[in-house]
Amino acid sequence: MGTTQGRIVLDEGDLSRALTRIAHQILERNRGAEGLLLLGIPTRGVQLANRLAVLISNIEGLEIPVGTLDVTLHRDDLRLRPARTLIPTLIPTSGLEGRIVVLVDDVLFSGRTIRAALDAIGEIGRPAAVQLAVLIDRGHRELPIRADYVGKNLPTSLHEVVKVSLKEIDGDDRVTISEVSNA
Amino acid sequence: MHRHLLSAADLSLEDTLLILDTAEEMSRVADAPVRKLPTLRGRTVVNLFFEDSTRTRISFEAAAKRLSADVINFSAKGSSVSKGESLKDTALTLEAMGADAVVIRHSASGAPHRLAHAGWLHGSVLNAGDGTHEHPTQALLDAFTMRRHLRKGKGDLAGVQVAIVGDVLHSRVARSNVILLATLGASVTLVAPATLLPVGVDKWPCSISYDLDSVIGKVDVVMALRVQLERMSAAYFPSAREYSRRFGLESTRLARLREGAIVMHPGPMNRGLEISAEAADGLRSVIVEQVANGVSVRMAVLYLLLGGAQLADIEYKTLVEA
Amino acid sequence: MSSYLLRGVRLLGNDPVDLHLANGVIAEISEPSKKLRVTGAKTIEGDGLIALPGLVDLHTHLREPGREDAETIETGTRAAALGGYTAVHAMANTDPVADTAGVVEQVWRLGKEAGFCDVFPIGAVTVGLGGERLAELGAMADSAARVRIFSDDGKCVSDPILMRRALEYIKSFGGVIAQHAQEPRLTEGAQMNEGEVSAVLGLRGWPAVAEEAIIARDVLLAEHVGSKLHICHVSTAGSAEILRWAKSRGIDVTAEVTPHHLLLTDEMARSYNPLYKVNPPLRTLKDVQALRAALVDGVIDAVATDHAPHPIEDKDCEWQAAAFGMLGLQNALSVVQQTMVDTQLLTWAQVAMRMSTTPARIGQIGNHGRPLSPGEPANITLYDPSVKQVVTEAHIVSKSRNTPYLGMTLPGAVIATFLRGNPTVLAGKLTR
Repeated sequence: MGTTQGRIVLDEGDLSRALTRIAHQILERNRGAEGLLLLGIPTRGVQLANRLAVLISNIEGLEIPVGTLDVTLHRDDLRLRPARTLIPTLIPTSGLEGRIVVLVDDVLFSGRTIRAALDAIGEIGRPAAVQLAVLIDRGHRELPIRADYVGKNLPTSLHEVVKVSLKEIDGDDRVTISEVSNA
Repeated sequence: MHRHLLSAADLSLEDTLLILDTAEEMSRVADAPVRKLPTLRGRTVVNLFFEDSTRTRISFEAAAKRLSADVINFSAKGSSVSKGESLKDTALTLEAMGADAVVIRHSASGAPHRLAHAGWLHGSVLNAGDGTHEHPTQALLDAFTMRRHLRKGKGDLAGVQVAIVGDVLHSRVARSNVILLATLGASVTLVAPATLLPVGVDKWPCSISYDLDSVIGKVDVVMALRVQLERMSAAYFPSAREYSRRFGLESTRLARLREGAIVMHPGPMNRGLEISAEAADGLRSVIVEQVANGVSVRMAVLYLLLGGAQLADIEYKTLVEA
Repeated sequence: MSSYLLRGVRLLGNDPVDLHLANGVIAEISEPSKKLRVTGAKTIEGDGLIALPGLVDLHTHLREPGREDAETIETGTRAAALGGYTAVHAMANTDPVADTAGVVEQVWRLGKEAGFCDVFPIGAVTVGLGGERLAELGAMADSAARVRIFSDDGKCVSDPILMRRALEYIKSFGGVIAQHAQEPRLTEGAQMNEGEVSAVLGLRGWPAVAEEAIIARDVLLAEHVGSKLHICHVSTAGSAEILRWAKSRGIDVTAEVTPHHLLLTDEMARSYNPLYKVNPPLRTLKDVQALRAALVDGVIDAVATDHAPHPIEDKDCEWQAAAFGMLGLQNALSVVQQTMVDTQLLTWAQVAMRMSTTPARIGQIGNHGRPLSPGEPANITLYDPSVKQVVTEAHIVSKSRNTPYLGMTLPGAVIATFLRGNPTVLAGKLTR
């Protein structure tokens, strides 16, 4: 099976504007930055969370805490592949108690990653609320999970692959979608 | 990694770093409000301890339970084993009970090897100490401890100078440590009277010294090994006093340790023989921490052996830092 | 009794001849590459098979009486016949110990009844192998079993006074003391050869010096009292050196080496598989090479199997709990072929010397190890060196299964064994 050359659905400018909008939406919904905490889900959710934190800080003039939440140990599909390498979970010193935690991920698909993230959060502390921000929602939910903030809704077929590239990791900012051809 | 953990010699540098890095993550669980992960739910881990060892057994038990595995404890005393049931029959019973992993401590060197390769069990075998052969998770927790204090909890131990002092001949902890520390790039010096060093030790990846005083000021870690008084009657050394004088870690030697050097001991200690109370309880001692680290390291090993499908092909990835 | 015509067999590896066996002796041998015309004989096509005098083992454990769960005289001699042996010396560490005329006669008689090969019992040196009092060596020598070799094998006669007395005592009837050289204090709790491998594996070592020190002492004792000494299962290069020195001084000492010590090293222990646990232990490559060289130049006189059967539960366990010992009768000739003949170290004639003639001389048994000439007893082994076989459990004829060669490919196969003209093995199988 190979992938055909992808078509770009979000370029650098689109990505930047989407993130700016999400930052404003988070602040609007929560009536400011008070009590907010962003948690990025590795890999690319971490960079997105960092960028959102900077954007929010520029808008509100307030530094908000950012952390990383590795969900590997709470996945429901662990036995299907060799034991995965863990990525450090870094919770800001303020902790999660009573905070409004905004989970940040690049793509929302089946919803299982977010389910695992909710379980992981549950073992660390008790936030006041958990909200979800994603860059792309590509549909095909397998669990009753929905995002509060979406960069772009992207209807896809199961034969397609969505790839998010970010400057910090991949060298440029873009989102591409490509066909997976059947062998 | 592999299906079993029988010897430190089975672990490559990549394997070792993976275990240590995973253990760092696992150690967070100890401070979390809910000290539990669902990862090994439904797996059965059997602690098969033919030798008394409350400390190691509890450590493995805690590690398995924190990962939500079911734990069954089987200790030799008062069981069918003490009535002469063989290792093989014990293994077959555990297999029938569906053990996914067997953590075994045995007085016979090589017993875990037999358990792993004789075809009696399908699950993973974890060596928790076999005779005078090896104790790989002890070496892993020792390396983890050294790494935290000397390398900020990251990377390998290249350039770290370690002295291991005591009854090397009968020590499985020494053997595993020599192997694992060499893998991690540390330099090891074994310090002991010649009677307590095995024939063939000159081929090991370490140096030898009979003189602790010439070594003590040059190391970042001094690890004291337990010396058993029974060795005196077998003429390994003439008296406890002479041993202590020549090889004991006491206050004058403690004072000569360099800046930042740490004192370690696998336990249980003979206070006053191989290590003074001052050294054991002082500021440089990380002995209590070793015990806590043992749980994290054993959680990492259990996760890597049982948490996925097969471990042979994990690539070591550079960890992302936020 | 039938007579047999063996066609085209190579006596000691020489040109093919025909042999006619009748009435328990070699009746006639043809000129090289010529044929014999014989009536009424069963013909066996030799087809280039090597013909050797029936092999003689100086060191076997038949376990009966007492450990019939591991082996009996019948099953052990069956294995011997299949290995090409027509005579074995049965060690005394049975239960009861063979330290009286009664026990050695029983062993001798059971061997005769089984009929697969001649059994020559070895008598214990000390009562109950206890190392304290001499056993009734004279009574055993005079018994129907006519014991000439005495050994506490399994244990060392470590008390120097007792060893001296034993060496002196046997002079009255021309016996020989066969010493299992192992200084007990240096080998308490020992599990394998002391060396690099034992250091890594955490198994207590059995240092070479524990064997060499006893041999050194005993050859000097034998010289001092003017008696005959035999050293069992020599396993180290140092032991071979001491024997070389002793023989150069004219000391009356002979020595044997096992097939496994010619092939295997202590590296085998890395698997912790107790199949490789044996006493004396497997040693290093240097020792193996020195033993082979000593067997070639006669410093070591003979190959002896030290066939030591053990029931499964005594080997299917952790190393420390396992018994010491390996099977040896069935594969001995193959191992000697692999290590000594295929390596061009020995000819077949020299193999015959070391596995038949010399052992018979040391054991003082008149009818074995004889030259292959007309009139001599028809104790003959036919061997095919050209085949290769994988050693599997299915082929093992012994009651026990502890062969260290399991899974290995070994050359050669015994095709026929004749005991005084009667075949015990034909076409590679026991005749009954």
